[in-house]
Amino acid sequence: MNVVIVDTECANLTSVRFAFERLGINPTITDNADKIIAADRVVLPGVGTAAAAMRNLRRKQLIEPLQSLQQPVLGICLGMQLLTAHSEEGDVNCLGVIPAQTKRMDTGKLPSPHMGWNQIQPINNNPLVASDSQPYCYFVHSFAVAEDQHTIARCGYHQSFAAMIKKDNFIGAQFHPERSGSAGSALLKQFLECSL
Amino acid sequence: MLAKRIIPCLDVRDGQVVKGVQFRNHEIVGDILPLARRYAEIGADELVFYDITASADGRTIDKSWVERVARVIDIPFTVAGGIRSKEHAQTLLSMGADKISINSPALQNPELINQLVDEFGQQCVVIGIDSFYNSQSGEYEVHQFTGDESKSRRSTWQTKDWVKEVISRGAGEIVLNCMNQDGVRSGYDVEQLASIRQQCTIPLIASGGAGAIEHFRQVFEQANVDGALAASVFHKNIIRMAELKQQLAEHGIAIRPIEPSQQ
Repeated sequence: MNVVIVDTECANLTSVRFAFERLGINPTITDNADKIIAADRVVLPGVGTAAAAMRNLRRKQLIEPLQSLQQPVLGICLGMQLLTAHSEEGDVNCLGVIPAQTKRMDTGKLPSPHMGWNQIQPINNNPLVASDSQPYCYFVHSFAVAEDQHTIARCGYHQSFAAMIKKDNFIGAQFHPERSGSAGSALLKQFLECSL
Repeated sequence: MLAKRIIPCLDVRDGQVVKGVQFRNHEIVGDILPLARRYAEIGADELVFYDITASADGRTIDKSWVERVARVIDIPFTVAGGIRSKEHAQTLLSMGADKISINSPALQNPELINQLVDEFGQQCVVIGIDSFYNSQSGEYEVHQFTGDESKSRRSTWQTKDWVKEVISRGAGEIVLNCMNQDGVRSGYDVEQLASIRQQCTIPLIASGGAGAIEHFRQVFEQANVDGALAASVFHKNIIRMAELKQQLAEHGIAIRPIEPSQQ
């Protein structure tokens, strides 16, 4: 299987690559549009800020190629937020393949960022997480997507928010499957095996 | 509900895991990779690797083990020790570290915190604070260069002021190491941690003093920290992870249960 990890530069690509290697897959890290379009699976990782990541994608002329992808695409953490229409973080328009908005989390009196292991609840026929499971996954973020009709897993930290979103072939995970123990590994394996 | 994190800390010197008492007299515990893998397997929520030689020696040592660790474990980990620049941080993050923790270099150059946050995001910038209770002045004081006894000394900061400063500069998390308790296994400094918790709006990790399961329960219940870090009780098998997590859960503390494959 030909798995491509999009080189967003500001992302921590290595741990995502190692997670797939533990599943016996050797992913390609690239910013070459042709290679991305030809892949069986595309992963959009991300740490850092939405504005910086979108700036890098624009400079690399990857915005339209990413928007046109037909194969299963998984955005991780910031990569999930890049799939939405807009992020408050730097007030930037994102890829817009899932019509959702990324906003600063309201954590009330709880510490921010939301950091650590939290339980997710899969809903709406989540194709990557078994419906009878509520696995703990590792989160680190201070911006989030509100729950709406594209939410396929929810999580709570002061308020409920979207732990995973999906539209057509695009899936986003707010947590880090590559750092979520066997639950994360099972999710990535399902991503390789699913058809969307 | 967000789970409280149990965080084994591996002090690294010359590629091996070591442990000292009150930062002194380091003894070798074992090789990094087997220990890292074992902790991930038995249910640790996160690991911290603290290179105790780097800051004090004024040099940056071989960090290639970071990539080897990232390859084998599937839980998050932080690398601390001797990170003085964006370039150092970039190297470690690109090797697969999830977070970097800075201590003495932030005291020497607080602007470094802002630079790291701007470059890599708040989520991966942890500030380690070595806090010492001065019984003469009755104040908690921040110490630096604690990795080397001959260079270890008091900074000009009181702990509560330095906490406020690093939060204002955008730090993503604080590990508060209570030096008086370190390595003596008589319990976390719950009083100090509870006091710092009041002013700490970012995740706060307790460090120093864990000796019994009871100590973890106390620090979560009384100081409401987000995580508890410990070294020797895990290295020496004084506390078993499964038993620790089970007992905390029985006391109603939110804990990530150990997965069946980890037992």
